[in-house]
Amino acid sequence: MRQALHAEWTKLRTAAAPGWLLLAAIAATAVVGALAANAVSCPGGGCQIDPAKSSLTGIYLGQAIVAVVATVAVSGEYSTGMIRLTLTATPRRWQVLAAKATVVGTATLVTGAVAVLISVSTGQSLLDGHGINPAHGYETLSLANGTVLRAAAGSVLYLTLIALFGLGIAAAIRDSAVSIGVVLGLLYLFPIVANFVGDADWKRHLDQISPMTAGMYIQATTDLRSLPLTPWQGLGVLAAWAAGTLLAGGLLLRLRDV
Amino acid sequence: MTMLAPYRSGKSTGSDRFGSLLLAEWTKFRTVRGWVIGMLVGLLLIIGLAALTGANSQCSYSPNGTTSLACPTPPTGPGGEWVSDSFYFVRQPLAGSGSITVRVTSLTGLYSTHGGREAAGGSPTAGMTSGVQPWAKTGIIIKANATLGSAYAAMMVTGDHGVRMQWDYVNDIAGMAGKVSAVSPRWLRLTRSGDVIRGYDSADGTHWTLVGTATLPGLPSVSQAGLFAASPGYTVSSTSLGGSSSKGGPALAMGDFDHVTRQGAWPTDKWTGEAIGANDPTTIALPASAQGFTQVGGRFAVSGSGDIAPALNAGDTAQNTLAGTFAGLIAAVVIGVMFITAEYRRGLIRTTFAASPRRGRVLAAKAIVLAAVTFVPGLVAAVIAVPLGEHLLRENGNPIYPVSLFTEVQIMVGTGALLAVCAVLALSIGTLLRRSAGAVTAAIAVIVLPFLLAIIGGILPTSAGDWLLRITPAAAFALQQTVPAYPQVTAQYTPQTGYFPLEPWAGFAVLCAWAAAAFVLAVFMLRRRDA
Repeated sequence: MRQALHAEWTKLRTAAAPGWLLLAAIAATAVVGALAANAVSCPGGGCQIDPAKSSLTGIYLGQAIVAVVATVAVSGEYSTGMIRLTLTATPRRWQVLAAKATVVGTATLVTGAVAVLISVSTGQSLLDGHGINPAHGYETLSLANGTVLRAAAGSVLYLTLIALFGLGIAAAIRDSAVSIGVVLGLLYLFPIVANFVGDADWKRHLDQISPMTAGMYIQATTDLRSLPLTPWQGLGVLAAWAAGTLLAGGLLLRLRDV
Repeated sequence: MTMLAPYRSGKSTGSDRFGSLLLAEWTKFRTVRGWVIGMLVGLLLIIGLAALTGANSQCSYSPNGTTSLACPTPPTGPGGEWVSDSFYFVRQPLAGSGSITVRVTSLTGLYSTHGGREAAGGSPTAGMTSGVQPWAKTGIIIKANATLGSAYAAMMVTGDHGVRMQWDYVNDIAGMAGKVSAVSPRWLRLTRSGDVIRGYDSADGTHWTLVGTATLPGLPSVSQAGLFAASPGYTVSSTSLGGSSSKGGPALAMGDFDHVTRQGAWPTDKWTGEAIGANDPTTIALPASAQGFTQVGGRFAVSGSGDIAPALNAGDTAQNTLAGTFAGLIAAVVIGVMFITAEYRRGLIRTTFAASPRRGRVLAAKAIVLAAVTFVPGLVAAVIAVPLGEHLLRENGNPIYPVSLFTEVQIMVGTGALLAVCAVLALSIGTLLRRSAGAVTAAIAVIVLPFLLAIIGGILPTSAGDWLLRITPAAAFALQQTVPAYPQVTAQYTPQTGYFPLEPWAGFAVLCAWAAAAFVLAVFMLRRRDA
């Protein structure tokens, strides 16, 4: 297993694209978060603003780039034929997938931590400048605050789970374009369809099973009672999607010819 | 020494005529089974999601708390649109042509911040707050009859928007600005000649200005004319993570009149008052008992509730049946990107360019074939999905906002065009990046993500969402907007409620500009780089 991990780390480290993409994910998360925090304004006060959520808006874009890194880590091997070499070197296929999940997951965890820290600190200063601060009755956007810490740490875990989700789908589908299309489709389509469904119960159910909507509940720090799931339950829904796709991808990898 | 003539093939040259290029690209698309299946899956998802949203959007209405009926449909105006037609009408018949002139000396109002018409126990106006709604209105009106939705023309003073002339619900022209008061009264006049009604206003009753001329085709020779008052309800909306919510209640407008003069044939001399549409469940209005009028000598006080205007947000819309467009869009984007990146991956691009060295023409042929094979499934899917979704919505008790044939065609053709241009944008991004995963993500990030951020409540402020829907390719989803926005109606005109900041074809032009810019850049890079 150590060798498999080392091999996967070498592959990730020595290809140019993953490093740049992870840097791009940090930049995208931070820039979109800063733009969203800067767009918040509440001259009269008393608006329903979730400071943690606004400053972490960038995750909506950052997750797409993280998903690219994760899917290409698998599907890229199929398009170059590298997969045959990988499986010759490590014939235990579950081990290959586990090593990939560990390496890509860890890389995303580190990337996500940097992106979230930048977003929270820029969001804090921008929102403070717009009057969204304790003086106007809003929570302090500081990691010393328990709910904000949960939102920030949860967002890092969210990105990691998105990477594992992408990895599982790519292992099942094997083609880059189709894999990333399916990943982004599953992430983005649920909330759009839920928005069009008129029936409140159905909308609630769709939100509860949607990997992105439910997973993003981890960022909520205000008005928690209006959510159909608690923040950790929501992240659990995304974890279930990630586990399910990894299992399906691993089984298909085990059962199919390369 | 003999000169050998070099071998020349007898076959004619020029196999890269544009027609042959199109045929070659069509063959490439047609023979990749995955792409054809992908397009069919996109088509089926558009139809399937229309069925899903239609079948799971029950609407029920309980007038007395026990029986559950289908949601009520608003009355229909002369132009076929839904209207709100409830107000207090102090009227007399007017036979043929004639005119009515009044002086309005004040407009005051009351509004409820808590719930509907039954909320306040005892007196229907108990517990209401004093204040005039921006579009509260009182003035004079000539109306075909007392039927809800019948033709009319009116001159009025409003809460915040000065003197207006309005007719047939959708038309609105501004007259004198400023608020009415005892020291600055407003004189209003309506004259009827045949089907034509002219509205005038004046500050002193001697110098008159023509505000507007309305033609009401088929206005009966005996019309109903007189004084009226109406006030749309008070609402405050808030948007949070769980969605947007609004609360508020009905409002009352009270107008004071004097110097009421009539010209022409007015068969009776007695004014009768009636609360029009007070029981219409689609309008926010106070019960008839809270409305009324008093006449003391030549002075009238009229108080009325409701609105005479287009009715919005009263039911479902055809655009709600097209949630699946996004599924079709992702299929079109994936196929659009693969249409070029697969050639790089397989090395086919070298054969393609060997056969047709003019690279710009190759990409143009690809774009045309791709646009055709995404437009047709998109159009077919919308032609099936819209009627199917509307049928299911109606079955579940949802009234559907009536739209013209033109709008119906616009959203169907628009859906196909949206998929086609997005696929061409994806093809261009794929040509630029030559990496399928990155290109698919870039295309989805510029098309779908802005729409998502703009419509899901609680992510971005409305102003930021509007801004995204002006400058990103997501602006093109305005093609699916079916309900027009009316400045004379206070409503939530936000992306969350289905209103786009740009006109449908302007929004589509934004997408086309993105696709054209990406295509030009792609041709430039394709020529510069090695294959």
